[in-house]
Amino acid sequence: MNAALIWSNLPQLLAGAWVTLQLVALSGLLGIAIAVPTAIARVAGPAWLRWLPYSYIFFFRGTPLLVQIFLVYYGLSQFDAVRQSVLWPVLGQAYWCAIIAFSLNTGAYTAEILRGAIQGVPHGEVEAARSLGMSGSLLYRRVILPRAFRLALPAYTNELILMLKGSALASTITLLDITGAARTIIAVTYTPVEIFLAAGVLYLILSFVIIQGFRWLERRLNAHLHARLA
Amino acid sequence: MNLHGFGALLLEGTWLTVRLALAAMTVAIVLGLLAALAGRSRVAALRLLAHVYATLVRGIPELLMLLLVYFGASVVLMKVASLFGHDGYIELSPFAAGTAALGFMYGAYASEVVRGAIDAIPHGQIEAAQALGMHRLLSFRRIVLPQTWRFALPPLGNLFLALLKDTALISVVGANDLMRNTAIAVSDTVQPFTFYGAAALIYLLLTVLVTLAIAWLERRVNRGMRRAAT
Repeated sequence: MNAALIWSNLPQLLAGAWVTLQLVALSGLLGIAIAVPTAIARVAGPAWLRWLPYSYIFFFRGTPLLVQIFLVYYGLSQFDAVRQSVLWPVLGQAYWCAIIAFSLNTGAYTAEILRGAIQGVPHGEVEAARSLGMSGSLLYRRVILPRAFRLALPAYTNELILMLKGSALASTITLLDITGAARTIIAVTYTPVEIFLAAGVLYLILSFVIIQGFRWLERRLNAHLHARLA
Repeated sequence: MNLHGFGALLLEGTWLTVRLALAAMTVAIVLGLLAALAGRSRVAALRLLAHVYATLVRGIPELLMLLLVYFGASVVLMKVASLFGHDGYIELSPFAAGTAALGFMYGAYASEVVRGAIDAIPHGQIEAAQALGMHRLLSFRRIVLPQTWRFALPPLGNLFLALLKDTALISVVGANDLMRNTAIAVSDTVQPFTFYGAAALIYLLLTVLVTLAIAWLERRVNRGMRRAAT
C-alpha cells in the first residue's frame, strides 16, 4: 500500500467526488419532480391514464441502469431529428445524458416509494381533512403529501444511497466522477488496488454523510412521532 | 424491429448474462449464509468481521468493486506468482471477476436477509429441539436451516432481480454478455437506439421470467403451511 501515491492523486479524486455529488443531487431533485406526479397518477389518476405511470415504472425498474444510460447517450443520436433539434447542445453532452438517465431511473423507484407512502397515510387523517371540507389538490397539498414525504424518508434514504452507487456508471460515458477519475489515474500509474480502494473510501464517506443528514432530517420532521417514545 | 442478423449474437450474450447471474447468486447465498452465521458466532472477532463486511461492502458501488477485483486481482496474483519465480502476465477472466465481485457484493446484502430469516424462526422450536437432545449443530441443520430458506426466499428474490440487472456491468471489463454483444452490433450497424432498445426488452423479459419463477418457488416452499383465515 502506497500512501504517498494516494495523497498525490487525491486532488483528482476529490474533483471526481464533486462531480459525483452534482450527479446525485441534481438527479435526486429531478427524480422527485418526476416521482410526485407519477405516484399521484398511479394512485388517484383516471383509470385510462394509469397504464402510463405503470409502464414507465415497469420499464425503468426492469432494465439495467447501464442500458438506460446508453439508450440516452448513444441511442438518441440515431435520430437525425434529435441531432438537428435545439435540444442537441444538451443531449449531445455526456453530463446531461447521465443526469437525464439517472433522473428517469430514480424517478421510477422514488415514485413506487411515494406510492407506498401515500397509501400508508392513516385513513383517519384523510377523513378528518375531508370532513373539514378539503378535497382534491388542497387535500394532497396540505395533508397527504406532507405526511407521505415523512413516511417515505427512510426508504428514500436507501434509494439515494443506491443512486450514489449507481452514479459510478457515469464513468462509462466518459464522465470524470469518482470512479472515472480513479480509472484515469490508474491508466497512468497502473496501481488499481490503492486507487480503487481510495475511491471506495470516498464513496463510503459520501454515503455516511447522506445517511447522517437524512437521519437528522427524519428526527426533525418526525419529531412529533418520536416525542411520545422519549 | 430489424436486428440485421445480430439476433443470434444477442441471444448468446443473454445466455452468458443468465449464467453469470446464477453463478454470482450462488456465491452470494453461500457467503451470506457464512456471514450470517459468523454474525451469530460466540467468537467476538467473527461477529465484528461479519458486521464490517455487511456495512462496508454495501456502501461501495458495484462497478468500482468489479474494477477493483478485475484489475486488482491480476496485480496481486502477479506479485504472488513472482515470489515463486513466475514472471508472466496473469489475468482473471472477466466472467470469474464478475462472479467474484457481484457474489461478494450481494453476499453482504444476503447476510442481512439470512440473519433476519434465522431470527424469524420461533425460538420455541429450537428449545424443543434442545429438549429432544439435539445439540447446536444438529438443531441448526435439522430445524433452522430448512426454514431459513422459506423465510429468506422473498427478499432473496428481490436481490436476484437487482443482481440480474447489475450483471450488465461485466461488459465494462469485456465479457461477452448481452450488453457487450449489443455494443458490438451497434458498432457494426450504427443503430444504437434499436439495439440498446432490443437489449432493454430482453432484460425486461428476463425480469418478468424471474419474477414468475420466484412466485412459483414461493408457492412451493410454503406448501403445507397453515394460513390465517381471511
